[in-house]
Amino acid sequence: MHADQRGRKSALIIAGLAALALVSTVAFMTLGARGNWSFVLGFRGVKLAALLLVAYAIAVSTVLFQTIVGNRILTPSIMGFDVLYILLQTFLVFALGAGGLNAIDQRVMFVLEAAVMSGFALLLFRWLFSGAARSIHLVMLVGILFGGLFRSLSAFMQRLIDPTDFVVLQDRFFASFNTANTELLGISAVIILAVSVLGWRLLPDLDVILVGRETAIALGVSHKRVVTLTLFVVTILVSVATALVGPVTFFGLLVANLAYMIMPDGRHRVVLPAAVLLAAITLVGGQTVLERVFSFGTALSIIVEFAGGIFFIFLLLRGNLR
Amino acid sequence: MIRIFSAIVLGLVLFLASLLTGASTLGLSSLFGAGDGGLVLLASRLPRTLALLLAGGGLAIAGTIMQMLAQNRFVEPSTAGTVESAALGMLTAALFFPGMPVIGKMLLAAIFAMAGTALFLRLVRQIPARAVLMVPLTGIMLGGVISAIASFIAYRYDLLQSLGAWTNGDFSMVLRGRYELLWISFGLGVVAYVTAARFTLAGLGEAVAISTGLNYRRAMLTGLSIVSLISASVVVTVGSIPFVGLIVPNVVSLVMGDNLRRTLPWIAYSGAVLVLACDIAGRLIIAPYEIPVGTMMGVFGSAIFLYLLLRQEAHAR
Repeated sequence: MHADQRGRKSALIIAGLAALALVSTVAFMTLGARGNWSFVLGFRGVKLAALLLVAYAIAVSTVLFQTIVGNRILTPSIMGFDVLYILLQTFLVFALGAGGLNAIDQRVMFVLEAAVMSGFALLLFRWLFSGAARSIHLVMLVGILFGGLFRSLSAFMQRLIDPTDFVVLQDRFFASFNTANTELLGISAVIILAVSVLGWRLLPDLDVILVGRETAIALGVSHKRVVTLTLFVVTILVSVATALVGPVTFFGLLVANLAYMIMPDGRHRVVLPAAVLLAAITLVGGQTVLERVFSFGTALSIIVEFAGGIFFIFLLLRGNLR
Repeated sequence: MIRIFSAIVLGLVLFLASLLTGASTLGLSSLFGAGDGGLVLLASRLPRTLALLLAGGGLAIAGTIMQMLAQNRFVEPSTAGTVESAALGMLTAALFFPGMPVIGKMLLAAIFAMAGTALFLRLVRQIPARAVLMVPLTGIMLGGVISAIASFIAYRYDLLQSLGAWTNGDFSMVLRGRYELLWISFGLGVVAYVTAARFTLAGLGEAVAISTGLNYRRAMLTGLSIVSLISASVVVTVGSIPFVGLIVPNVVSLVMGDNLRRTLPWIAYSGAVLVLACDIAGRLIIAPYEIPVGTMMGVFGSAIFLYLLLRQEAHAR
């Protein structure tokens, strides 16, 4: 296909997706609303904002992560990043107590957590991906096991902490799109905006990295620097999404791969908006359908896990790992 | 000889420690005395200790057989969808036949476990023989999908809490009269020992196994039944205990090789001792409260699994 034609087709698809996302947003805000409109819109608006932020954070972090690891089946959550966030939170409550935790400035906390997570991500990344041709299966399995280990460690610490402190933790970490942690919305939006600016400047380099590490270096991309910065962006986005709704393993995998499938063009400027829009449609639309048609709210994450798990097995067996 | 002797001593020490560890203090003297101490001992401590030994030994044997059937060192009931299927079976029993006796529920769970494991073995056949690590990966994901189905149903019918009890092993509720189902895994262990040679052959692959005159399908079916029944009985009585069936056979085979006739008793023994030790540790760390053995094994087991994985990677290079 001619480049010009391809560009037009991409623009068309993205416009279509945007329209769909808009329809699901409107449906989410208005369907089944009774009584005082300003109350309904305010109440649902907060939820909608949380859903959209999560959709954005998960879609972008997954696509960027897949680019730097050069693989379309690995995602940050399969590598245990979001469970690490939970472990970190649990450890802080364990070490300081819920009271001590509240005494620290939220922003200072977030910077601290982001630093620890990025540090770990970098270590894991260097260790797993720097060695010559480690098997991708090993990398995945190690990631899943790390996830399991972190989960068990958090469960272990949660047993040790004070029951009242535990309540503080518990309502943060059950993945639920219905009871998003709305207090964090403002600061999350600011953080997401900040890292997005950083991510935006990396996009041209990331496009080059798509052709492979060696070629990218030969073309003059400072591979190490770009990978480090991207990992930083990814871990922050993952932390924000996890802080808002808790861990969701397969959501990113689903939307990123769908975006690769429907877009004729592999460049990030095209794939990223598509993935974000797809995520928004799935979350907002799915939540609307579940709430209004089947009237059960919190089950969306379970359905996504189910569909995503089958999709993952399908990808594995089809063997398109590279 | 020295090995057997030290094994017996270690077993006895842990056995005694398990009898004496818990919220109410028991002295050595109460082992023989009457009164409250005797009651606590007979109704709670002894059943708990026996349950730990039976579950640990049974799971280790189930893991070994599973590894032979899948021809892969990195599978066990909790990385093959077996445990999750058993929990789904329990959920079905709780929904449709709430009045069913426990043994009936267990059999239903075993049937589900068998179906899930058969599905896993079916998927594994699609995987090329070289892709060793894809097998546990597929199994873990299959388990994830099955447990998503289970949690969806449980969520609909307000049974999430029960589901949690079946998926995280905990022995604190074991009392006399509530664990006897686990003796099934003792019986199955004996069956496994008698028929061990068949699984060794089946582990060589279908073609080789048939050429040696083995009834391959029947061996697979026997193995599948043993694994499913053991897993179901453990899930029903105490909940799932991850990684026992994976670590123990691997470590024993590192030390003693792969002749099941010789190693199976050691595998059962090590599994029992490992679970017992983990449970005692769980009882001590935050005494008088407890950390469930499922959590203890989750931390300890995944660390050892990681080590085993990276070790085989180092060898492969």
